[in-house]
Amino acid sequence: MSEFLAHPGESETANASPEVKAAAHSRRTFLFKISLLLNAAVGAVMAVPLAGYLLGPTMKRSTGIGAWITIGSVDDFPVGETRLVDFKSPAARLGDGETAKVACWVRHISAQQFQVFAINCAHLGCPVRWFAQSKLFMCPCHGGAYYEDGSRASGPPERGLFEYQYKLVGNSLTIHAGGMPTLATQASCSEKAKPLIQIQEASNPAGTEAS
Amino acid sequence: MAKLKDRVIDAGLKSYAWLESRLGLIKPMWDAASHPTPANNASWLYVFGSAATVLLMLQVVTGVLLALVYSPSASEAWGSLNLLNHNIALGWYLRALHGWGSDFMIAIVILHMVQVFLFGAYKFPRELTWIVGVLLLLMTLGMAFTGQVMRFDQDAYWGLGIGASISSRVPVIGAPLVHLVLGGPIIGAATLSRFFTLHVFVIPGLLLASVGVHIFMVLKHGVSDWPMPGRIVTKATYEREYHELTVKTGIPFVPDAAWKDAVFAAAILFAVMACAFFFGPFGPGGQPDPTIIQTAPKPDFAFLWIYAVLAFLPPSIETPIMLVAPVVGIAFLLLLPIFSAEGERHWARRPVAVLMVSVIAVSLGIFTHLGTYTPWSPVMGAWTADAVPVKYLHDRTPLERQGAMVLQNKQCRNCHSLAGAGGQRGPALDAIAARMTEDQIIRQVLQGGGNMPAYGNALNPAETKALVAFLVTLRGHDLAPALDASRTLANASQMPPSVSPNPAQPATH
Repeated sequence: MSEFLAHPGESETANASPEVKAAAHSRRTFLFKISLLLNAAVGAVMAVPLAGYLLGPTMKRSTGIGAWITIGSVDDFPVGETRLVDFKSPAARLGDGETAKVACWVRHISAQQFQVFAINCAHLGCPVRWFAQSKLFMCPCHGGAYYEDGSRASGPPERGLFEYQYKLVGNSLTIHAGGMPTLATQASCSEKAKPLIQIQEASNPAGTEAS
Repeated sequence: MAKLKDRVIDAGLKSYAWLESRLGLIKPMWDAASHPTPANNASWLYVFGSAATVLLMLQVVTGVLLALVYSPSASEAWGSLNLLNHNIALGWYLRALHGWGSDFMIAIVILHMVQVFLFGAYKFPRELTWIVGVLLLLMTLGMAFTGQVMRFDQDAYWGLGIGASISSRVPVIGAPLVHLVLGGPIIGAATLSRFFTLHVFVIPGLLLASVGVHIFMVLKHGVSDWPMPGRIVTKATYEREYHELTVKTGIPFVPDAAWKDAVFAAAILFAVMACAFFFGPFGPGGQPDPTIIQTAPKPDFAFLWIYAVLAFLPPSIETPIMLVAPVVGIAFLLLLPIFSAEGERHWARRPVAVLMVSVIAVSLGIFTHLGTYTPWSPVMGAWTADAVPVKYLHDRTPLERQGAMVLQNKQCRNCHSLAGAGGQRGPALDAIAARMTEDQIIRQVLQGGGNMPAYGNALNPAETKALVAFLVTLRGHDLAPALDASRTLANASQMPPSVSPNPAQPATH
């Protein structure tokens, strides 16, 4: 690399002759340094909006995403059953195609009482399936299992299923749907009632391990 | 005639001289290619780096060709892949070349890394070459992951969900990070677009530039000499010794050493072509519709081991391990040559290095193998697909047979196998009564525990009675039933004194 000239005005001048030192402090060198500063300033001004554009998706608070949408009539959900419902995500945008669709599990407990679960396993987001006979949600990815009320039954998830807020408007069931639920993001607008991360023991009383 | 030949040669030389006087690159490049290298490294074990570069070229060419047709839009990507597979002439072959090329590239890059590690070639003065190499490995894996997203099918969709879920576990910035990864609150158009940008612009640009730097440093420091036990690398002497070795035994890299690289690269390209031709392209699988839940998402081969590890981590330490282990692992790889720049290079004098490679290779192999058949996942269809074997129904009472029905109907088989059929999440039930007493079985079924959900709410007393009656008949090949020692004692103490002779009791007559 020695064939390249060192930066004018830097190092190499330590034991150089006075003429060389003087040359390193010439008007041109000064102007070059000024031009570097100018470019640094322009670059910084340029970078702010670019970074803003790149980080745009992160600016929106996850609790502020989504909207209330109707997912069906109360009569569509027999009391005591848990059914799969599709809806179009209110967060969908141009070109989302079928990925704009979202599915959720609706459990009709009693006349006015529902539970609406996000389909995503609380472990790593895979779609859980409902088994009415054993009253369990099972996840195909790593074997997480949940009871009918969404609480953790077994496997790697550290909490129960994510739930949507719901309300009954006349005879229709309305939920507040937001983004994809994860341990940091809500499925629904939250009342900040429960922390998202809550390491739960399997919610059965059995203390001893058999077999 | 001879005159014409001379004129042609003359014209050729003149053209070359004109080109080189303007370009000035041909002679330096030839000098670099034919630089002398120690004769002992002209080996078949020194061919992996060049093969990886050749595979990168293949990926660039096939990738550009695929981009002619592929539509990086969430609503069209899956359709355009099917178009490539079925409607575009040789589209399937290009997809297959690109997919198999990627698998081969990961394999060769890892082989290259293992060879360099075992040969101690990362030591002085090649530390930075290794560090850039580690970055190249990470970029290769980054290309593999983003490439899997390009195949925008169910696996890609739920793989993104797994990626987002892992990102969400980062403390404090979890939520913004999820939205940065997905490009918005849901997996959709923005997500595919940003992974396309990474796969096609960002990572390839960095990858090609880094390969350039990597090769530049290989030329600058020379290809490492074959290690010898006892030949110690020291910063004071190594460069002089290497120079002497090159002067003494040097052969021009091109052609004397490079022919092996060329032959191996050709063999690898041929293998990629053969795999592509005979096995065809990967997917796409089911359409990326998140409302189709009858799916068992799985990552590509290179990431199966991670998928397996994530099934085994206990919930309480999962997040710390998920976030800390990769940082520690990558930091270890990056800093390795800094802390181990001198010393022995030969594997025979570096038992820890050999042990590490062996343990890591065996671990990755085991986890990858587990990932291929996911014994931790419930088999969702086992309760309807795998009948109770007839031999377990012979000579059973009606109650016990009713219990077999309960076993099927309550999806027990999704996690428990009978005669090898069914899930492997829980233990096989063929000999359950030889391990557990009736009481233990009842408790386990109703209350769960040990990773089994409690079925107390899903079984009525009659069903429980029948199920347990069936389960206590399952004793493998007529093993002795499990006994409760305390129950024997309890029974014994209830027996009338006359039957149970008690030595403490005085004789009555």
